[in-house]
Amino acid sequence: MYAEFDLETPKRFEEAVALLAGNRGAVLALAGGTNLVVDLRARRLVPDRLVSLSQIDTLRWICLADGRVGIGGRTTVTDLLRAPEIARHGASLVDAAGVFAGQMVRNTATVAGNIACGSPAADLVPPLLCLDADVVLTNVSGSRTVPIAEYFTSYKTDIRRPDELITEISWAVPTGLSVNRFYKLARRKGDAITVTGVAVNLTVAGGVCAKARIALGAVSPMVVRARRAEVLIEGQPLSPALISEASRVAAEECRPIDDIRASADYRRHAVYMLTRRLVSDAWARLS
Amino acid sequence: MSREKTISLNVNGRIHQQAFPAHRTLLEALRELGHFDVKSGCEKGDCGACAVLVDGEAVDSCLTLAWTVEGRTITTVAGLGNAQNPHPLQEAFAKLGAVQCGYCTPGLIMASESLLRRTSDPNDDDIRFALSGNLCRCTGYTKVFDAVKEAAARARISGERK
Repeated sequence: MYAEFDLETPKRFEEAVALLAGNRGAVLALAGGTNLVVDLRARRLVPDRLVSLSQIDTLRWICLADGRVGIGGRTTVTDLLRAPEIARHGASLVDAAGVFAGQMVRNTATVAGNIACGSPAADLVPPLLCLDADVVLTNVSGSRTVPIAEYFTSYKTDIRRPDELITEISWAVPTGLSVNRFYKLARRKGDAITVTGVAVNLTVAGGVCAKARIALGAVSPMVVRARRAEVLIEGQPLSPALISEASRVAAEECRPIDDIRASADYRRHAVYMLTRRLVSDAWARLS
Repeated sequence: MSREKTISLNVNGRIHQQAFPAHRTLLEALRELGHFDVKSGCEKGDCGACAVLVDGEAVDSCLTLAWTVEGRTITTVAGLGNAQNPHPLQEAFAKLGAVQCGYCTPGLIMASESLLRRTSDPNDDDIRFALSGNLCRCTGYTKVFDAVKEAAARARISGERK
């Protein structure tokens, strides 16, 4: 049934990165396994060897320090939902974690794994994009920090090298004058793949929208920001007409497809509706 | 080639030493060891029939490779209780008709147990969230919710007596 592979279960982080050194793609890191094991069974992936992070508990943490919220490379979706730091400083991430798959998957699936799989429907990615999160990639020779906005390059492709692990994800604590939220539209309320996901993060200053982030999931080859829509509302006091116009622009910016879950037209309409609703609600709460 | 390795699995308080290939899932390993109370359903993390507790947290054993849970504490539904000495959840599920065909029941009970270990008085939203990864096509879930609440109430009463 399965393609055969070898498996390493290192106890220390240094061993894990050493096992990945020199890797050109035949070795895969295994975290929660909720996507990877399914892909192995379907033979969509046929690695020679897996390096499991299951025994490396030092990668599982959440921390608030120096004005930033950070989470470790093996922090799970359930960990997010139990952390007061995330409840306070990552409302959109809580929204996404709360509608992520089902309970058993949330208990093992990691935030880093949701990023690494590169699915355009990855629910944690729109919130992280709207929070301007950074991703830390580590290999045997050191670490580099990449804004998540520059992480994905196209459908299921990213800038992570085969010998690198996602070891940390962090974002600046949002200011008191900002609101960030996420909404997932799917065929069911639970245990479903996203049809359209929208995350919004607005900051207000002096009666205008000082900063806007709008991130769209499952409507392009990768999760994307609606940058033209963001520019349209930044620096402006928001009116219903301007919000509608920005939402129309966001719907034009995405590149959805028809699939078994919804048509491209439906997805564009959902982007328009959800962007309008989330931006309106955020603005109402801030003014 | 998959390597084989003898690993030690702690299941329901008993240590099993057995050789498994690297690609063996915890679900397959448990059934090989005779734990047929763990059910195989979708084998892709949608249905929850294979749920077991690993260190007290409900996980899908079909998505877990056996080697990765060496040294952890694994609990299956038979580890909670048996016909002579049932766990409050097992008793409440049977009494209230939350079991029909029974195939999803072991997974539902393990997900419920994971909830009750953290939340002694769950409301409907807590139960809905905790059981969001368990599919049942018979009961419509209504009696399952009743059973989880009854088991929680019984556990609270017996907790007060202690």
